[in-house]
Amino acid sequence: MGIEEKLPSGVLLTTVEGVAGYMRKASFWPATFGLACCAIEMMTSGGPKYDLARFGMEVFRASPRQADLMIVAGRVSQKMAPVLRQIYDQMPEPKWVLAMGVCASSGGMFNNYAIVQGVDHVVPVDMYLPGCPPRPEMLIDAILKLHDQVQHAKLGTNRRQEIEQQEGDALRALPTSEMKGLLR
Amino acid sequence: MAHDIYAGSNETTEGRVFTVTGQDWDSIAEGLADAGDADERVVVNMGPQHPSTHGVLRLILELEGETVTEARCGIGYLHTGIEKNMEFRSWTQGVTFCTRMDYLSPFYNEMSYVLGVERLLDIEDDIPEKAQVMRVLLMELNRISSHLVCIATGGMEIGALTVMTIGFRERELVLDLFELITGLRMNHAFIRPGGVAQDLPPGALDEIRDFIALMKKRLPEYAALCNANPVFKARLENVGHLDLAGCLALGLTGPVLRSTGYPWDLRKTQPYSGYEDYDFEVQTWDTCDSYGRFRIRLAEMWESLKIVEQAAERLARLEGAPVMVADKKIAWPSQLAVGSDGMGNSLDHIRHIMGESMEALIHHFKLVTEGFRVPPGQAYVPVESPRGELGAHVVSDGGTRPFRAHFRDPSFTNLQATSVMSEGGMVADVIVAIASIDPVMGGVDR
Amino acid sequence: MSDEKKVEQPAPEQSPENVPAPAGEVHPVGSRQGMFGVRGSGDTSGYGGLVQPIVYPGAAQRPFGGWHDEVADALEDRLRSDGLEHAVEQVVIHRGEITFHVRRDDLVAVAQLLRDDPRLRFELCSGVSGVNYPDDAGRELHAVYHLLSMTHNRRIRLEVAAPDADPHIPSIVGVYPTNDWHERETFDMFGIVFDGHPALTRILMPDDWPGHPQRKDYPLGGIPVEYKGGTIPPPDQRRSYN
Repeated sequence: MGIEEKLPSGVLLTTVEGVAGYMRKASFWPATFGLACCAIEMMTSGGPKYDLARFGMEVFRASPRQADLMIVAGRVSQKMAPVLRQIYDQMPEPKWVLAMGVCASSGGMFNNYAIVQGVDHVVPVDMYLPGCPPRPEMLIDAILKLHDQVQHAKLGTNRRQEIEQQEGDALRALPTSEMKGLLR
Repeated sequence: MAHDIYAGSNETTEGRVFTVTGQDWDSIAEGLADAGDADERVVVNMGPQHPSTHGVLRLILELEGETVTEARCGIGYLHTGIEKNMEFRSWTQGVTFCTRMDYLSPFYNEMSYVLGVERLLDIEDDIPEKAQVMRVLLMELNRISSHLVCIATGGMEIGALTVMTIGFRERELVLDLFELITGLRMNHAFIRPGGVAQDLPPGALDEIRDFIALMKKRLPEYAALCNANPVFKARLENVGHLDLAGCLALGLTGPVLRSTGYPWDLRKTQPYSGYEDYDFEVQTWDTCDSYGRFRIRLAEMWESLKIVEQAAERLARLEGAPVMVADKKIAWPSQLAVGSDGMGNSLDHIRHIMGESMEALIHHFKLVTEGFRVPPGQAYVPVESPRGELGAHVVSDGGTRPFRAHFRDPSFTNLQATSVMSEGGMVADVIVAIASIDPVMGGVDR
Repeated sequence: MSDEKKVEQPAPEQSPENVPAPAGEVHPVGSRQGMFGVRGSGDTSGYGGLVQPIVYPGAAQRPFGGWHDEVADALEDRLRSDGLEHAVEQVVIHRGEITFHVRRDDLVAVAQLLRDDPRLRFELCSGVSGVNYPDDAGRELHAVYHLLSMTHNRRIRLEVAAPDADPHIPSIVGVYPTNDWHERETFDMFGIVFDGHPALTRILMPDDWPGHPQRKDYPLGGIPVEYKGGTIPPPDQRRSYN
């Protein structure tokens, strides 16, 4: 739905992709999803010393309807998971998710009954950021890498092809537990 | 446009649920009129994701216009099962878990747990003086940073964004000190049973003195911005009123209790870690409202700065003193240092255990993998955290793992006062009342 | 584990907890097999046959020393005049902390006395802590209350036990309203039902969660973690050293 699907492919599309990508990354509005300790580090990155405003990201939109980036900062408990999904669903496309900290990426040090072992069980994640908690500089680094990703994101038919390519690669990839022989 | 299940209203088993996002508030009024039953209560959910509810706190408010007739808290959205996780780790590893509970005052979590363990081990009198002074130094610095976050986020929640930016600016100074001393900005597992993990690095005392001098110039800014500000006072005065009887009945401690005028501070009444040797005052206010709690927190930051100054002075005289208990069967063996490939065991320590002393190697191995054994029994040693009485009920069955570690978190208890403070007031006052309690949801839900 | 086991060690002065207890007073709660956390086959440490009883600090003898005597006397006085002489089963003093083991039926009365009597005046209850001792037959679920007297500046502990088969303990919310959420949390985590609580529901876990997570028979619930070239099982199923 929307203009994206109706774009023709070709040289014109790549130029449009470049412009659209630049616009999207230059004012990337995060939704407040600060849960625990990582939320405090996220707040300090919005503070004066590690200024997120220089990337146009200072406005943490409280309403998911106005946000495009959900930084899941902190441990997601079983009770919070449906709320997380609801907020994600309420965000309009295009949207990205950054899993900040080890608890959001993989459950972190809390491998137990109460924590969802990685928010990718609940929402699709575009960038994983390890750390407990990650320093504000690490968060900014992850955001800049995400900016790169957004800048080079494809639209229309290119996007469909890209998705097919990536899914095929993921299905054929070697599982992590099978990557043996690396300790030589 | 596909049907958005989160927009509009729908019928559920509990009745009609309205989802409104802005510029459609009158749909609620119309919907209620349609329902025919004008006595239907409107229950508003200030959900777990909200910029002003101080973390993942769910407020269920029953409103009549702008007045709150009933306020309930829904908690548990950050329950991490830390207490159960600690039962599967050794006593020292437990510190890394409990430090993440109340994430704005990690040293206090560590301290309450470690004091309980040390009481069970019966080494309370053997903790070296330098470790005690370092613990006090770190705790008081943490108190300053925690109160700064409280004031900053409280200010943000009522719309005073400058308070937030300057609060976080000062907090960075404290975090730099933490990074210098413990290696981490937050969630340091630094206070361990027997002492502290590492000695003060060289140059730390100069940094601390510079910090004190700078804070003495910066702290008055908060007072200048807020104390006599008419908007600030109008929002905070007479909001969240809870008198002494109410506080004691609901078990509130910390700045909320001291705002009633009762000078109860565990650092003075039941001192631990050498607090009886420091010169500081217990701050109280007598208006029992949010403004009083704000003034108390400001004043407590000044007192903490005084204690930090005294601690730095004492540390200057304790150069080279040990920071871990002398009993080698309990003392954490390793020393960390930053090497060419990152942080790890210091090369001196490795040379010592690999080349010089077999006993040291055995102790290092046994203490790190197995841990020490704590005699069976239970202990409860509370500390005065920035939010109130924080205590760890530690039960040991004689093994190397905690049999049970339960934390009596002040925010958990203090948050019970939300209903009493908010009912009868306006919705905006609920925010201010909760901000004045200063709950940290990590501690509430653990 | 037989009740008649006498703990005898040749060198009591080397370790205070090895002092032999009076005969018949040693009440082991569970036992520890082997050493170094090795369980089952594969125990090559040589300590596989070692069985150590787990013995908690026993009942204290009068005089207790210090203010403990005052508090115990005052409590005993009031209990006797109210006809509740047998409310306190045991008094344990360990590391300077006094614990009164109270019979669960008399808990509310004891709490009321402790709060109201001027010699006791324990105004603040720091909450309930549940502990699950699966080896303490007939008394598996303990609820531990920490009381603080601000007037006299002292702390005591009350411990109440309930069996798994009948996990009910009277609620003291009427005496100490602060226990509202604490009792809900203990119910949520241990399944102890506090009779008389105004609204006993789950507080930390989702409302429809099955089971009570902090009980010892509830698994930690972790998942195995994938690394490059291997998988590490969750903490409660790993090889452990302790």
